[in-house]
Amino acid sequence: MIGKPRFGKYGGIYVPETLMPALEELQRAFYKYKKNKRFNKEFNALLKDYVGRPTPLTFASKLSKKLRCKVYLKREDLAHTGAHKINNALGQALLAKYMGKKRIIAETGAGQHGTATAIAAAKLGLKCDIYMGEVDIERQKPNVYRMQLAGANVIPVSSGSRTLKDAINECLRDWAASCENTYYLLGSVLGPHPYPTMVAYFQSIIGRETKRQILAKEGKMPKAVIACVGGGSNAIGIFKAFLPYKKVELVGVEAGGLGIKTGKHAARFADKKIGRLGVLHGTMTYVLQDKFGQIYNTHSVSAGLDYSAVGPEHSLLRDLKRARYTYATDKEALSAFKMLSKVEGIIPALESAHAIAYLPKYARKCKRNDIVIVNLSGRGDKDLDIAVKELGMKK
Amino acid sequence: MSRFSKKFRELRSKKEGAFIPFVVLGDPNPETSLKIVKALIDSGADALETAPPFSDPIADGKTIQEADQRALAKGMDADKFFVMIKKIRSYNKEIPISLLIYYNLIFQRGIDKFYTDAKKAGVDAILAADCPIEEAKPLLRAARKHGIDQVFIVSPTTTKKRLKKILRSCSGYVYLVSLLGVTGARASLQKRALQLIKRAKPYTKLPLCVGFGISKPKHVKQVLKAGAHGVIVGSAVINLIKENQGSKEKMLKAVSSFAVSMKNATKKRGALSSVWLRALPSQGRGRGFKSRRVHSQQNLRLN
Repeated sequence: MIGKPRFGKYGGIYVPETLMPALEELQRAFYKYKKNKRFNKEFNALLKDYVGRPTPLTFASKLSKKLRCKVYLKREDLAHTGAHKINNALGQALLAKYMGKKRIIAETGAGQHGTATAIAAAKLGLKCDIYMGEVDIERQKPNVYRMQLAGANVIPVSSGSRTLKDAINECLRDWAASCENTYYLLGSVLGPHPYPTMVAYFQSIIGRETKRQILAKEGKMPKAVIACVGGGSNAIGIFKAFLPYKKVELVGVEAGGLGIKTGKHAARFADKKIGRLGVLHGTMTYVLQDKFGQIYNTHSVSAGLDYSAVGPEHSLLRDLKRARYTYATDKEALSAFKMLSKVEGIIPALESAHAIAYLPKYARKCKRNDIVIVNLSGRGDKDLDIAVKELGMKK
Repeated sequence: MSRFSKKFRELRSKKEGAFIPFVVLGDPNPETSLKIVKALIDSGADALETAPPFSDPIADGKTIQEADQRALAKGMDADKFFVMIKKIRSYNKEIPISLLIYYNLIFQRGIDKFYTDAKKAGVDAILAADCPIEEAKPLLRAARKHGIDQVFIVSPTTTKKRLKKILRSCSGYVYLVSLLGVTGARASLQKRALQLIKRAKPYTKLPLCVGFGISKPKHVKQVLKAGAHGVIVGSAVINLIKENQGSKEKMLKAVSSFAVSMKNATKKRGALSSVWLRALPSQGRGRGFKSRRVHSQQNLRLN
């Protein structure tokens, strides 16, 4: 084993023996190329000229006035493919290429990671298969078309909950049979070591840019950084650079679904009854499950947050009280979706709308000069069908 | 002596291989599941491998996933599981029972409590499908404390270095995975299965049992001939359960006659290679010494 597999007691590497040599190979490759000049040069060039980084840090002037504090939005929605997922997808696809792999597989929930992977594979000339739950295919159609246009094969998953959890199961099963020539491009800070560390590494560009940008614009650190948390890759990505600055409050917002009491949500931390320490998809972390260890299906209006486990590093940050975790319900997220579109002319992804939904609550304890940064992890075009239906807008 | 050692010693003297069926307890429902297990035992199963169902069985193909779903739908859980194991144990005091189970089910019960309950119910060995040797310390500690064998999987991708590390901690028997991929009946056996048997043998005196994809008497003969000591057969049995859900009698009959045909395949003269003479510690001192020497020579060559 290379590198540190654990975050405190969380993380680890809980996979069938067949996958262990493949993960060891991946660990060796990641820690090698992470320091490799040629790899980094190529990766940075892709981020700049292909993804369009750095993404802007936008001062939300009208929203700031409304909430009586300074609100900045980190515009990951403006990255190529419309979400932060492309940072990790390109980083790992490039790694796959350096490792000499010919085929990439990936799971996807909202379709953002699938799209980013399909597009990275197209750009780098790799064959690509994407596993996606049937429920998610139905609610995120535009992304299915985008993946197919980029030449990826979208494989519907009909087992279990037919969402992200089962798409990951299918990926792991595919990989067990194909690990000798196939690269599994996992999309969040989840799964067995080295994925949580590696995905955080590729996403940490978000926080590095944000820190530089806010210092240039305001000359001081923000009071808080807020991000939505499904697996938690956009949150870890923006949190990383601020971790050493203890005065910067870090807030993760989980999907509260229909409300914590209903049990229909994806709030692993907020629901103390069913959110307990366990092992899912190779990692030890908080998981929504019954007392015998059967994994619960989750509910969220946003496919990207609809998952039963949370990244292990978040569990540690929560224990250390370095980050705080809260939730927003479907209803709150939808009204934030509408509000941001109208007030700032920015249509956020329903995932990111969860982070926006928490803003007014947080702003209550802010002074006029306090800076709050929200990671706007993706754009909402993919969610228009759901939003139109849920908000009762006329077609 | 553990039930597994006793059984393998007995098979050795009879020059037979072990037929070890696997079922998900509670599939298609708890009551029928018990009858299936009894039918398997009565039809010549040498040992039993089983598990409670799990919602996310990442190492399993469609057949076992569906069995898990059927059992979960009938309300199977870990409490009921141990009650059923007790019933099986009281039905047959001799048959070795091992669990092939997902880590989270052990972890949620509490590792020590799980092993305590397992021992009390009459379980002889435990294998956690998604717990590699690197994460197995807490399990190994509990296994030693409660006198349960901790079995590990060796796969065609396992490197020589890992193989040695795994076999140092493994007890009871070694589970050789015949292929890259998940469980499920396959039409033919991969060459890699036979190669893996040859690769693993020099490093251990434990019995080698081959699983994943074994579904026909022909497969049984092939792996035994290549030097394995037993076969583990899951999906092929479970397919019979699935296909005969309409009639319990038909189901039990199908399971029994399949078990008989698989057990018979372990008996055929010449099916077993001379492996028994070398690989297991025997009563005779000379042989035991010889096998140890073979073992250490191999290690020397590796180092």
